[in-house]
Amino acid sequence: MNKDIFMEKGFKVILKSAGIVILMIPALLLVTLVVQSAPAVKAYGAGFIFRQTWDPVREIYGALPFLAGTLVTSFLALLIAFPFSFAVALILSEYMKEGVIATILKSAVELLAGIPSVIYGFWGLLVLVPLIRKLELAAGIPPYGVSILSASLILAIMIIPYASTMAREVMSMISGDIKEAAYSLGGTHWEVLRKVVIPTSYSGIFAGVLLALGRALGETMAVTMVIGNTNKLFTNIFEPGNTMASVIANEFTEAVSDLYLSSLIELGLLLFIVTAIINFIGRLIIKRFEIKGAGK
Amino acid sequence: MSRKSEEPLLQLENLSAYFHDKRIIKDINFSVGRNKVVSIMGPSGCGKTTLIRCVNRMHEMSPGGTATGKIIMDGEDLNKINTIKVRRKIGMVFQRPNPFPTMTIYENVIAGYLLNGIKIPKKISHEIVEDSLSKAALWDEVKDGLNKKGTYLSGGQQQRLCIARALAMNPEILLLDEPTSALDPKATSRIEELVVQLKENVTILMVTHNIAQAARVSDDTAFMYLGELVEYGSTKEMFTVPKDKRTEEYLTGKFG
Repeated sequence: MNKDIFMEKGFKVILKSAGIVILMIPALLLVTLVVQSAPAVKAYGAGFIFRQTWDPVREIYGALPFLAGTLVTSFLALLIAFPFSFAVALILSEYMKEGVIATILKSAVELLAGIPSVIYGFWGLLVLVPLIRKLELAAGIPPYGVSILSASLILAIMIIPYASTMAREVMSMISGDIKEAAYSLGGTHWEVLRKVVIPTSYSGIFAGVLLALGRALGETMAVTMVIGNTNKLFTNIFEPGNTMASVIANEFTEAVSDLYLSSLIELGLLLFIVTAIINFIGRLIIKRFEIKGAGK
Repeated sequence: MSRKSEEPLLQLENLSAYFHDKRIIKDINFSVGRNKVVSIMGPSGCGKTTLIRCVNRMHEMSPGGTATGKIIMDGEDLNKINTIKVRRKIGMVFQRPNPFPTMTIYENVIAGYLLNGIKIPKKISHEIVEDSLSKAALWDEVKDGLNKKGTYLSGGQQQRLCIARALAMNPEILLLDEPTSALDPKATSRIEELVVQLKENVTILMVTHNIAQAARVSDDTAFMYLGELVEYGSTKEMFTVPKDKRTEEYLTGKFG
């Protein structure tokens, strides 16, 4: 056989196998989770998701406090982080494209993504939690300090770079042609941003939001350090709570009985499914926003 | 005819433009009469596009772009008016069709109003859309699909949509920057026919690479070379008896 053709075919085989490996990883992960959580699924059925009690001593396991904790902290974090991310993205893509300050700001945002989460947890525990405790004292509510709110705030800081970098890249990729057209019609900078640049970037901005949300849903270490780790369902965001990822990390080593371990694994399966569903819905929304002819 | 219509609409006086320290166009002087089509031609890099971008003050938006001299329209120096007002009086169509990808055909036509936040009643906006699309010779092709995205049209249709978008603002001058350079011959000839029709309503400055196109559509022609205005005058005269040797060489294809 001709050597070129052989190389061509070999290269294709290598690429294809890499693709198959990537496909197999989540599939195998899912299989492991399903198999290992089977005893808990059999024992509790759908009640697992809606039960409020998590009591390893009496062997009663319900995921609701953690499911709620994960969803509330993640979405609250997103709500807090989004305005900052969006503002930073706008500044860097439209108002300060180059220069010393822009470079510093850009590296600072990237650095936020690079800090290990245990450091965030530490900072949260040493600075944020006491601060919130003081505020709670002043407001006359139980001064836990560690709470759903603390976890959301830490998460918010951690996810800013994901939402903002994506939005920035998409906005700076918008073709100059379109912007020039808008200016030539007498648009001001603000009008061009609001009516042309931002609407054209919706899909990218939302993709960044989705990436940030995914990060928040799965974040473990920083959350576990500031959330209070209680197994009770919280009634407001100033109370301690727990998330699925956090409870798995905390209790995995103590899970002596098979059912306890299996229940924790079912929590993992639930987290996997929640993340997958949110991603799926997100992709659908991104698709709706996708726009022909917006790029360079 | 009133006296006003005999006066030139636009006068350029000692217009120079720079990118940082580099002078791109040098002391340009000429005037453009009302309802004329003026071609600006010359080899690549001679400053044609920069010249028309000075007229609607887009040049100063490019990094390092500055200009000196006067651009007088109806007795008013455009350099002394707010750029936003200037651009509402002077429309522009670019080399590549650039309809707004988020907007429908309808919205693209009234994009100038949407952008500037000018509220117009439904009935008037329908009129503007139909009128502008008809002037741009696109109405019959799109009237049944005004809610489709503008980017789904063909290249030539998109360019006519961009012309309609500029016309909707009711400009006095329309700047066309090589409007057919990204189009096929058929779409090109439609745009050329359109340009000739449009001069009833608007004065047109058109940058072109294409000598034949300048001959076909324009009343007057400016020939630029290395940032200078070499020759300016009636297209017929320039193409039959060019005064300058460089014009003659360019027209006969010795460089360009």
